[in-house]
Amino acid sequence: MPKGYVAINVERCKGCGFCVEFCPTHVLAMSSAFNSKGYHPPHVVNPDKCTGCDLCGMYCPDFAIYGWKAPESKNGAKRDAAR
Amino acid sequence: MNGGVGDPAELGPRPEAEIPPEACECAPENPVEQFLRTDRMPHIWCPGCGIGTTVNSFARALLEAKVDLDRVAVVSGIGCTGRVAGYVRLDSFHTTHGRAIPFATGLKLANPNLLVVVYSGDGDLFAIGGNHIIHAARRNLDIKVICVNNFVYGMTGGQVAPTTPVGATTTTTPYGCFEPAFNLPALMDAAGAVYVARWTSYHVRQLTRAMVDIFRKKGFCFIEVITPCPTLYQRKNRMGEGLDAMKYYKEKSKVRHGAPTSEVALTLDGDIIVGKFVDRERPEYMELMRSQLAAQLGDRYVEVEHLVCS
Ligand SMILES: Cc1ncc(C[n+]2csc(CCOP(=O)(O)OP(=O)(O)O)c2C)c(N)n1
Ligand code: SF4
Ligand code: SF4
Ligand code: SF4
Repeated sequence: MPKGYVAINVERCKGCGFCVEFCPTHVLAMSSAFNSKGYHPPHVVNPDKCTGCDLCGMYCPDFAIYGWKAPESKNGAKRDAAR
Repeated sequence: MNGGVGDPAELGPRPEAEIPPEACECAPENPVEQFLRTDRMPHIWCPGCGIGTTVNSFARALLEAKVDLDRVAVVSGIGCTGRVAGYVRLDSFHTTHGRAIPFATGLKLANPNLLVVVYSGDGDLFAIGGNHIIHAARRNLDIKVICVNNFVYGMTGGQVAPTTPVGATTTTTPYGCFEPAFNLPALMDAAGAVYVARWTSYHVRQLTRAMVDIFRKKGFCFIEVITPCPTLYQRKNRMGEGLDAMKYYKEKSKVRHGAPTSEVALTLDGDIIVGKFVDRERPEYMELMRSQLAAQLGDRYVEVEHLVCS
């Protein structure tokens, strides 16, 4: 169960690679596919490692990617605590 | 003003982010999205340009500081950075080149309740606009200045700027820049700014924190943000892509909070001293004006807010 998720807006991406480089858990890699402007967007290669920290979202100069924390993990933690 | 843009739904279709199917129910919107005029996306900034990265910090800082967005006014001059005013879904004004500070000064004095943020380039603020910014700092006018420093005039083709490091090649210094550059934090410190910090576009979290700080602090506050300009500055100096600049900032930045600003000058390939250098209190311009006028005029002095325009 991943702790977080990441969404990519492929058409906005300009392929700078910031998100891939600075994702702390190496969730992303540059794709060999092109978007309609001819840039290589990132794609998710390690979804289970995403923490939803949103650093990719803070780095992306084109507002083309962002991450968020899975709410389930919080509930899970609460459930565990209640047990 | 450019403000009052309609409901996002009226702004037409836009490419959507691909949300993983199993996460559809919990997926929020990208936090920066509500601050963008999405009809103007994609923006004109080059691949790997750092200006957009600073906007992410700006958006998150507005949310974190719980700023009333109706009170925010973004003022830019001309330049690649100046485009920020046209891209944010906030009240904003894209002034003429070098005149962001005079416009912001008038705006703040006429409507003291506004949080006036000047978002502009190093050339706009310190070349053509240099005179205005030192006087705004001297007066301790309650405006917040975010200066994106990419070491050249980006928009007009990479000409030398007052911030270009000695030795750098630009389109107007083909044999290398020999003019000494401004040390922006030292200049702002000497002129009287109450808050002076420098970060780079690598330091997204620290930059966000600094922006939260200045949104909450009264008086003239200044943040210098070093950003990549791969197309002009870096290409002329064989410094690679935007990502190479970001890795360079990561490697060469040294955090020194409270460093004397005389010691933080930048060089072509030396360390980048970052941090919060100045955080002090001085009477703010409007307070000084009010107390002086109230003392001199007594009952005849009326606050701007109490004037009724007909
Ligand atoms: C009065 C006037 N002089 C010159 C110009 C041309 N001009 C436009 S932007 C610019 C400099 C932009 O450099 P900077 O402020 O560093 O912003 P950047 O593009 O690097 O973000 C100049 C000289 C102008 N638009 N108006
Ligand atoms: S949210 Fe964090 S962990 Fe997930 S992809 Fe983005 S940077 Fe990586
Ligand atoms: S940071 Fe943004 S523009 Fe750059 S590669 Fe990642 S998604 Fe694309
Ligand atoms: S010219 Fe430089 S500053 Fe302007 S958008 Fe391109 S990379 Fe950014």
